[in-house]
Amino acid sequence: MAEIRLQNLAHSYSKQPTGPEDYAIREMSHIWEQGGAYALLGPSGCGKSTLLNIISGLLSPSEGQVMFDSRVVNDLSPEQRNIAQVFQFPVVYDTMTVFDNLAFPLRNQGMDEKKVQTKVQEIADVLDLQPLLKKKARNLTADEKQKVSMGRGLVRDDVSAILFDEPLTVIDPHLKWKLRRKLKQIHEQFNITMVYVTHDQLEASTFADKIAVMYGGAIVQFGTPRELFEKPQHTFVGYFIGSPGMNLIEVTPQAGGVGFGDVHLPLSVAMQQRIAEKPASSLKIGIRPEFVHVWDGPVDDAMCAEVSHVEDLGTYKILNLRLAGHPLKVRIQEDKPVPEGQAWISFPSQWLMVYADEYLLESGHE
Amino acid sequence: MNNKVQNNKAWWLVLPVFLLVAFSAIIPMMTVVNYSVQDIFDQSSRYFVGTDWFRQVLQDPRLHDSLLRQFIYSACVLLIEIPLGIAIALCMPTKGRWSSLCLIVMTIPLLIPFNVVGTIWQIFGRGDIGLLGYVLNNVGISYNYAANASDAWVTVLIIDVWHWTSLVALLCYSGLRAIPDVYYQAARIDRASSWAVFRHIQLPKMKSVLLIAVMLRFMDSFMIYTEPFVLTGGGPGNSTTFLSQTLTTMALGQFDLGPAAAFSLVYFLIILLVSWVFYTAMTHSEKN
Amino acid sequence: MDLRKVIPLWIYLLFLLVPIYWLVNMSFKTNTEILGGLTLWPQDFTLANYKVIFTDESWYSGYINSLYYVCLNTVISLSVALPAAYAFSRYRFLGDKHLFFWLLTNRMAPPAVFLLPFFQLYSSIGLFDTHIAVALAHCLFNVPLAVWILEGFMSGVPKEIDETAYIDGYSFPKFFAKIFIPLIGSGIGVTAFFCFMFSWVELLLARTLTSVNAKPIAAVMTRTVSASGIDWGVLAAAGVLTILPGMLVIWFVRNHVVKGFALGRV
Repeated sequence: MAEIRLQNLAHSYSKQPTGPEDYAIREMSHIWEQGGAYALLGPSGCGKSTLLNIISGLLSPSEGQVMFDSRVVNDLSPEQRNIAQVFQFPVVYDTMTVFDNLAFPLRNQGMDEKKVQTKVQEIADVLDLQPLLKKKARNLTADEKQKVSMGRGLVRDDVSAILFDEPLTVIDPHLKWKLRRKLKQIHEQFNITMVYVTHDQLEASTFADKIAVMYGGAIVQFGTPRELFEKPQHTFVGYFIGSPGMNLIEVTPQAGGVGFGDVHLPLSVAMQQRIAEKPASSLKIGIRPEFVHVWDGPVDDAMCAEVSHVEDLGTYKILNLRLAGHPLKVRIQEDKPVPEGQAWISFPSQWLMVYADEYLLESGHE
Repeated sequence: MNNKVQNNKAWWLVLPVFLLVAFSAIIPMMTVVNYSVQDIFDQSSRYFVGTDWFRQVLQDPRLHDSLLRQFIYSACVLLIEIPLGIAIALCMPTKGRWSSLCLIVMTIPLLIPFNVVGTIWQIFGRGDIGLLGYVLNNVGISYNYAANASDAWVTVLIIDVWHWTSLVALLCYSGLRAIPDVYYQAARIDRASSWAVFRHIQLPKMKSVLLIAVMLRFMDSFMIYTEPFVLTGGGPGNSTTFLSQTLTTMALGQFDLGPAAAFSLVYFLIILLVSWVFYTAMTHSEKN
Repeated sequence: MDLRKVIPLWIYLLFLLVPIYWLVNMSFKTNTEILGGLTLWPQDFTLANYKVIFTDESWYSGYINSLYYVCLNTVISLSVALPAAYAFSRYRFLGDKHLFFWLLTNRMAPPAVFLLPFFQLYSSIGLFDTHIAVALAHCLFNVPLAVWILEGFMSGVPKEIDETAYIDGYSFPKFFAKIFIPLIGSGIGVTAFFCFMFSWVELLLARTLTSVNAKPIAAVMTRTVSASGIDWGVLAAAGVLTILPGMLVIWFVRNHVVKGFALGRV
């Protein structure tokens, strides 16, 4: 069990980095608390695998420190860090049976054979690998191989954390959810710190207690799935999480609030002050399709938007609207009436987010 | 690539190869078969003798000796070159300038005409003008490949190792390069020792290139002619006379066409048979 | 810098280089110095041996002959192997597996077995002692190898490319020449390398099928015994000169060979 702390960590693949573009991981400080189930979510190329390899020791960071339980481990090799890592590509030792595969890390430690037997049986039970124990690893299907890979990580007593690098990529969709459930069970049973890297927000939200969203080499938000959904700290989080993602519109400051086109959006005084304090090169408002309020008919303070088209997705519908020329998506329940031609909408103030230079402006008022 | 189209017109594309190789292989083979069953005195007097030549050849003690020597030679070659080649491949650098330099130096012996290979060692091993011979004689080891049969054997083996180990090493190297990094990373996390990494990751992944290496080295060592011939001429006595030399002497030197032809067929058959055995043995062990 | 790896590697590389160094060393010495005693480098540096080779027709013609038939063989092998490899890679046809296997068995044929038949065959069609005879004879083992290597590279090119070309209106020859061949460039490089290599180094067939006009350098070298004994200096120089084309070829194709080896298809 370990608390993993990243202190002023940054990593550049070039020897002499000149600017932020040279950094795969931009300077960050972060704590992964002991026993937690975490997801590291982000698009391809955002630096997730790099970060994972730094934590496990396969990669040495160019700056900053990695600490396990307040002990600096930068110079420790993966073998010495008691980390298990499961890779995207199932790694099994082809010539050995499943049993020997699972026993491998234990035998390398010099554990005595009786203990090895018990441990392997235990893990095989948890992962439903019992019937396969005698089979040669090369004859397994992709998901069985991936389970064996995971098993090798779990079988060790001394493991302080398990890192997963997009482990379900090669698994068939109908088997993915089974394995995800398994991982959650394992976490509850063994209470080990787990960090799960993925680019799939659904995987992240079902597995993790808290998700770290990565973008461009930095962790832009760390919070529960609900926090990420209701209060995205960065426009990328708004856009990436949710289906469909948050509506984002460029706005300019106006008297009493902000506006775009002929639309004026009033904001609280506190918020207006915040905007004025920090001049930003870009200002956006964001509102999730789920939170746009659709009135049944014209209402005084509501805005009028044109209906472009409607997508019916069974339990809900997506209204594609145009407000002052800007596209807007609204998600409504299946039983709600669908406006034709025009829709009257408003943006409830507690769900209207303001972003300056992509980061959330908080007025401290809610 | 399983999506091949069935089309017999493809034979047109293959025809040039077929004709060329048929010309080079089938016609001569037919000649050989022809000679192997006839006793030929001259162009006009030939007699069909059936399997006489085959019987004679299979009972000839000269050929038995030569065959035995050949098998021992090929066995030694394989036993030395395969492990050595694997070991060198494991030591080779994987990237950078040193890697290219290494590859280039290792490829040089493979591109030297066989007779020059023989000549290099002929010179190198002599006591009077060769560095090796001179040094050995001066430190008290008597070494004379021309007069001493075991010295000749050792020299002939060393020549082959010098000449061909690079091929095995380069093949194994290419097999090693194909292993994805992920395997090594996982092995580090599993705390595997270098020996375990070799046994469970590297060696299994090299199986297919090793098969090619073993087959090539077996075939080529079984057919060897030039290098030992240039070094010792087959001597001292018969000690380094291998099958190809025996056959060449029979065919061109003595013009015993019948027996030579019969022996040729037996020779070819032995290679095919042993190659097939190697191939099946090595691919079956995969299936287990 | 893992010493456990670097030291054995260097020992091996030295093992490879020292005999060659010795040959080069000798090629720059006079015969008197060679026979006089052992010296690690020429005390009496001379280019006379090389001069002999470059001026004596019986010597330099050997090189020219060898280079000529090797190039002939490489060109012939490549030209027939390319369409055949394409056929094996893209089509199934009657007897394809058996044909492929038969081709490979020719690689296993001992040259010694073919000596006499080749001698008679080429004499009977009047091609004895010609470059083309040696070039054709070497096709026996080079063509199967070429087909095998090229088929491997061609199978790596997706069939979709062929289909797209046909849809775009290319005729087969045009498609093959303009689109397909550039895609397998490194494969052709590797194949040419191996054809060159196996033909350049082969002695037995080359010597048997030639006598005067097409005499390869290998044959010239094996006959340098004169009344005064073996001319070691000239022999050494001749040897060095046979290594040079090989080294040049390696240098030029080094990147392709590395890529080709990386496919594990060699």
